[in-house]
Amino acid sequence: MKLHEYQSKQLFAEHGVPIPRGRMALNAQQAKSIAEELSGRVVIKSQVLVGGRGKAGGIRLVNSPEEAEDVATQLLGMNIKGLSVRRLLIDEAAEIESEIYLGITNDRGAKCPVMIASAEGGVEIEEVARTTPDKIVRVWINPLLGLRSYQARFLASSIELPRKHWKAFTQIAKGLFLSFMETDATLAEINPLVITGDGRLLALDGKMVLDDNALFRHVELAEMRDIDEEEPAEREARKYGLSYVKLDGDIGCMVNGAGLAMASMDVIKLYGGSPANFLDIGGGAGSEKVAAALSIILKDPSVKAVLFNIFGGITRCDEVARGILSALDDLESDIPMVVRLVGTNETEGRQLLADADMVTASSLADAAKKAVALAKENKLQ
Amino acid sequence: MSILIGRETRLLVQGITGREGMFHTAAMMRYGTKVVAGVTPGRGGEWVQDCKVPVFDTVQSAMNATGANVSVIFVPARFAADAMLEASDAGIALIACITEGVPVRDMMTVSYYLDQNGTRLIGPNSPGLLTPGESKVGIIPGHIAKKGNIGIVSRSGTLTYEVLYALKQHDMGVSTCVGIGGDPIIGTSFMDVLEMFEADPHTERVVLIGEIGGSDEEKAADFISDHMTKQVVAFIAGQSAPPGKRMGHAGAIVEGGAGLASDKIEALRRVGVCIADHPEMIPELLS
Repeated sequence: MKLHEYQSKQLFAEHGVPIPRGRMALNAQQAKSIAEELSGRVVIKSQVLVGGRGKAGGIRLVNSPEEAEDVATQLLGMNIKGLSVRRLLIDEAAEIESEIYLGITNDRGAKCPVMIASAEGGVEIEEVARTTPDKIVRVWINPLLGLRSYQARFLASSIELPRKHWKAFTQIAKGLFLSFMETDATLAEINPLVITGDGRLLALDGKMVLDDNALFRHVELAEMRDIDEEEPAEREARKYGLSYVKLDGDIGCMVNGAGLAMASMDVIKLYGGSPANFLDIGGGAGSEKVAAALSIILKDPSVKAVLFNIFGGITRCDEVARGILSALDDLESDIPMVVRLVGTNETEGRQLLADADMVTASSLADAAKKAVALAKENKLQ
Repeated sequence: MSILIGRETRLLVQGITGREGMFHTAAMMRYGTKVVAGVTPGRGGEWVQDCKVPVFDTVQSAMNATGANVSVIFVPARFAADAMLEASDAGIALIACITEGVPVRDMMTVSYYLDQNGTRLIGPNSPGLLTPGESKVGIIPGHIAKKGNIGIVSRSGTLTYEVLYALKQHDMGVSTCVGIGGDPIIGTSFMDVLEMFEADPHTERVVLIGEIGGSDEEKAADFISDHMTKQVVAFIAGQSAPPGKRMGHAGAIVEGGAGLASDKIEALRRVGVCIADHPEMIPELLS
């Protein structure tokens, strides 16, 4: 789960990381009154969960509360990379002398957090990693010992941060580490961390991604989820415990198991088609879940054919067949469908579907070829 | 003729009285696995599975009474870290964690502690292990695999079943099938399992089933290049997956340009691994 900048910075501040004074606004009137409180120049920042907000014109510097109101009116409702701006962060403007990068994430191979610093702040760290990898410094953190002061000093000296800032930097690094650990984050990033004209370190921008699997122990953080920023179908899928990702093709897929779902998409592509979605119904899905999954797939107007690939282990093929039939009762779809059922109760499953108007397939390759052909045919009509 | 599990496996099931634990314990016993004990805190003293398996409150007491040497974990995600630590502390040498959805932070501390203790962990988010004809630890359907000399190591569940099924249809058998799990932090890597297959006299060829995310496949390629004499055939899932989107498995995500299927395929191909275009092609590549 991604957090907005204002939410991330608030969490950083709670762990001792200095951030600019500011607040979130939902409308232009609020933006104006926050600007009045802050007095002087303020920055108005669109809160959308996507990178490149600045380049898209979503971040503006203004000189007065009246201008803040005007600019807020322009920004609210603006579309940034497909996301509509609904919230703004009004921050006091900082005088920036230099910018650095400080972030923390999990190193899968090392099985521990890794903190990353770079003297190149304000640009995407992936970009720095590609073009000037020697400008990136890392320290790996023992999950039981936590970030030690010497490690923070190592980062500071390696990026040639002036010595007078080391103490403040260490405090920020430790604060960032704590925010990361205590919220079960998978990413926490300050980019840029700026040195201001008056010699302070300030987290100007913040980004956090939380581990969805740990939200059960962070009820208050789970409530921060901005559901407006999600694909409605993905939200609907989550409600039923389905794993769904919208893609840009025209063959809807319903598969049990994430690896098999990816493989099914790959095979569709191999035979010249294009998957409309990733959808894993999970292990042991009952007919209700299957029906919900099918209705999500069929709501996508770009879907021209549907492929079911079910390998029954814990999942029973007859349950899946019942789910498909009950969904079709309600939906009355004329989208062509290809079904492949193998494993637990496959004979019963196939019998149930025998009367429905569906194409059956014996192998995954066969199923994919048939789905690709049907999608092409349907598109021509 | 296997790695990790076989006839000598004496299995302990953590979470034996839960829905999943009950169902799969029955399936494992039907397959012939020696399930010697179960653990559910607060249920010690009961007998389950037609009074064939005693339940204990703690792993330590279950081990003392039954000599269990492998544990399989079915407890809910929020209790999984505790279950793994308990098994390790009691001296279990091999743990298979089937549970999906264990928080990453838990896995960091658990991995660190288990490494110190010298405990081998398979998973989490793993379908478990299967040595056909001898022992099944976890949820891999037993009837889709026959005994043979092909070793299988995979990050996936049902995709692995698909490959087992395709092999069986070509009358090809399996020495051991290991599902290492689909999470970002897992106990045992491809490399660890490849090393065991290379050393196992009964494994002649190996199938590796990888997917997007992380760099475990690339590390496996390095290992294959330096240490493997046996043939390796691979399939990598997720070539059509867009970056930045998690494909079901917590670990299956292309992040910051890393973890791409194409990079993994390229790394494996470079060291002589045959790559299957789709999973059903694997038997052909092996013959």
